[in-house]
Amino acid sequence: MKVVVCIKQTPSTTAVLTVDAGGNVKWDDPGGKPNVLNPWDEYAVEEGIRLKENHGATDVIVLTAGSEESQEALKTSLAMGCTEAILVSDAAFSGSDTTGTARILAAAINKVGGVDIAIFGKQAIDGDTGLTPMQVARKLGWTPLTYVSAIKEVGGGKITVERLLDDGKETVTANLPVVISVVKEINEPRYPSLMGIRKASRAEIPTWGAGDLAVDGGAGAAASKVDWASIYAIPPRVGSVQMITADSVEEQARILADKLFEEKVI
Amino acid sequence: MSGVWVFVENKQGEIPAVAQEAIGAARKVADGLGQPLTGLVLGQGVSGVADAAFNLGVDAVVGADDATLAHFRVEAAGPLAAKLVGERQPAVFVVGGSTYGRDLAAWVAADLDAGIVADGINLKVEGGVVKVTRPVYAGKLLADVNVKEGLQIITLRSRAFPKAEPVGKSGTAEWVSAVVSEDNIPTKLVGFAGKEGGVSLTDASIIVSGGRGVGGPEGFAPVKELADTLGAALGASRAAVDAGWIPYEHQVGQTGKTVSPDLYIACGISGAIQHQAGMRTSKVIVAINKDGDAPIFKLAHYGVVGDLFKVLPALSAEFKKRLGS
Ligand SMILES: Cc1cc2nc3c(=O)[nH]c(=O)nc-3n(C[C@H](O)[C@H](O)[C@H](O)COP(=O)(O)OP(=O)(O)OC[C@H]3O[C@@H](n4cnc5c(N)ncnc54)[C@H](O)[C@@H]3O)c2cc1C
Ligand SMILES: Nc1ncnc2c1ncn2[C@@H]1O[C@H](COP(=O)(O)O)[C@@H](O)[C@H]1O
Repeated sequence: MKVVVCIKQTPSTTAVLTVDAGGNVKWDDPGGKPNVLNPWDEYAVEEGIRLKENHGATDVIVLTAGSEESQEALKTSLAMGCTEAILVSDAAFSGSDTTGTARILAAAINKVGGVDIAIFGKQAIDGDTGLTPMQVARKLGWTPLTYVSAIKEVGGGKITVERLLDDGKETVTANLPVVISVVKEINEPRYPSLMGIRKASRAEIPTWGAGDLAVDGGAGAAASKVDWASIYAIPPRVGSVQMITADSVEEQARILADKLFEEKVI
Repeated sequence: MSGVWVFVENKQGEIPAVAQEAIGAARKVADGLGQPLTGLVLGQGVSGVADAAFNLGVDAVVGADDATLAHFRVEAAGPLAAKLVGERQPAVFVVGGSTYGRDLAAWVAADLDAGIVADGINLKVEGGVVKVTRPVYAGKLLADVNVKEGLQIITLRSRAFPKAEPVGKSGTAEWVSAVVSEDNIPTKLVGFAGKEGGVSLTDASIIVSGGRGVGGPEGFAPVKELADTLGAALGASRAAVDAGWIPYEHQVGQTGKTVSPDLYIACGISGAIQHQAGMRTSKVIVAINKDGDAPIFKLAHYGVVGDLFKVLPALSAEFKKRLGS
C-alpha cells in the first residue's frame, strides 16, 4: 500500500503578519520559527506514518507544491517518519488558485503512481480555504473522504473511516484509492526524533517542475480564475475592555447582565 | 451566464441556519445584479423544503427528490449539482459553509473548472462581479477576493450574514432526476451518530467556553450550567480538549472550530492567539479570568477578574432570575 501525504508550509500560528505598501504579505515570529508545517498537516503526516506502522503501508511519500523554502516542512515530515519527500516547484505554478493547485497535485500523485491513499490536512492556515482535498479528489477521480476523525479499518482494497460532520459522526466504507482530509481528533502527532532529524537533514529531495508533470488544464497565475485584489490588516478595534468591578460577585453578575441585555445579545 | 443560484441545504425537511443565511446573502447578490434567485434543493421528501425556500425569497426552485439524496452524500449531490449548474449557467452560485456545503461547492468548482472563493463574511456587487471579503491567515488579515471570469462560486462563513426573512412568496418547483444510482455511489454508509442534544457551536448565537482554568472535567459543570441557562453552546480551549476534559468537537480556535456568535463568554481561558483565531469575530466577548493581565482581556468587551467558580454560579443565578429559566 502506497500513501501520499500532501502538506504545505505556512506561517507559524504565532507569526506577526504585515502587509507592505505593494500589498505583499510579510511575516515574522520574533519568539520562534516564522515558517512551520501547516498545523492541520501534522495530523495528516502522523496518520500516514501510522498507516505504515499499523496497516502495512510500504511508502509514505510527503509531497508539497511550493517554493524552495518549503523543503523545511518536507524535512520536518521526513524527520517524523515519512519514507520519501517530493517538492513540486516551478515559477510557472506560482499564483495558482485552488483548482490549479488541485490539478498540479493530482498530476504529481499520478506521477508517483500506484497510490492507494492521499492524505491531506483539513485546511491550510494561510489561505484557510479547505478546498484543495476535495478538488484533488475530483481531478484524480478518486473517492473523497473529508473531515476524517478516525481510520477504522484498511485492507482488501477497502477503507472504513469516521467523519466528523456539523451534525454528527458518520462512518463510511469506500474502495481504494481515496483522498482523505483529516481533523485534529484523528491522532496526536509525534515529535520528530533526533535520529529522524539527522536523517532528514541529509535527505536529497527531488524537485519536479512543470516539464516533469502532465498537468491537465492550466495552472499558475495565468490560469487562476480568482483575483486576490487586496489583502489588508483588520481595522483596529475601537474601545477597550470594560472591567466589571463591584463589592460582590452577585453585584458583578447583576451589572454584567444589565450590559448584555443592553447590547441585545441575550 | 445569468442568474444567482443558492444551495438550499436541508436536514430532515428543515432548512438549517447556515442555509437561511445563504439564501439571505444570495438574495442581496441577485438584487444587486438585477437577476433572479434560484434555490437548489436536494433530498428526499423535500417538497416542503422547496415551499420554505420560496417563502424565504427565492424566485425559482430546481430540485431533486430521490432516495439517494436522503442522507447528504457528496457523491450523489455533487454530480447533480455540477450538471445543473453547468447546464443552466448561473453567474453566481452561493453555498453556506457547513461541512456539507463546503464539500459540495469544492466538488462543483473542480468539475466545472470554475473559480471559487471560500468563507466569505461580506459580499458586495460591483460591475457584475461579487467582491467577497474573507478572513485569511487565521483571521489576522482580511482579503477582498473575486472570481475574475465565468461562474462565481462562493461559500459563506456561518453566522456572518443575517438569515433570510419569510416573505410569504410561493411558487412551483421544477423537479429533475438524480444522476447517480445507489449502485454507483462509491461510499457505503455504515452508521451515523447524530449529536446528542446541545446547540451546535457554529450555529450558536451564544457560546460559553471553558479553558484550563476549569481545572478538570468536573470543572465544566458551572460552565455548562451557564450555557444551559442561556440556551448557549458549550465551547472549550484546546488545553481543555487536550487534557481530555471535553471532546474535540467543542474546541474553538485555529485547529478547532471558527465561530462568530453574538456573545462569547470565555471562562478560565487565557486568550492565546490560536484561540483568538477561532472566536475573534464574535460580536460581544466577555472574559472571566482570575488573572487581570490575561491576553483575553485585550480582546474582550467586558471583563470580570475573578474566580470562575464564584463568578459563574452568580451569573447563572442572575440570568435564571431574569429569564425565568
Ligand atoms: C498549532 C497550534 C494550534 C492551536 N490551536 C488551538 C485552538 O484551536 N484552540 C485553542 O484554544 N488553542 C489552540 N492552541 C493552544 C494555545 O496556544 C493555548 O495553549 C491554549 O489556547 C490555552 O488554553 P487555555 O487558555 O485554556 O489555557 P491557559 O493558557 O493555561 O489559560 C488558563 C487561564 O485560566 C485562568 N484561570 C485559572 N484558574 C482560574 C479560575 N479558577 N477562575 C478564573 N480563571 C482561572 C488563568 O489565569 C489562565 O489565564 C494551539 C496551539 C498551537 C501551537
Ligand atoms: N501547495 C500545496 N501542496 C501540497 N498540499 C497542499 C497545497 N495546498 C494545500 N495543500 C493541502 O490541502 C490542505 C487544504 O489546504 P487549503 O485548501 O489550502 O486550505 C492542506 O492542509 C494541505 O494538506
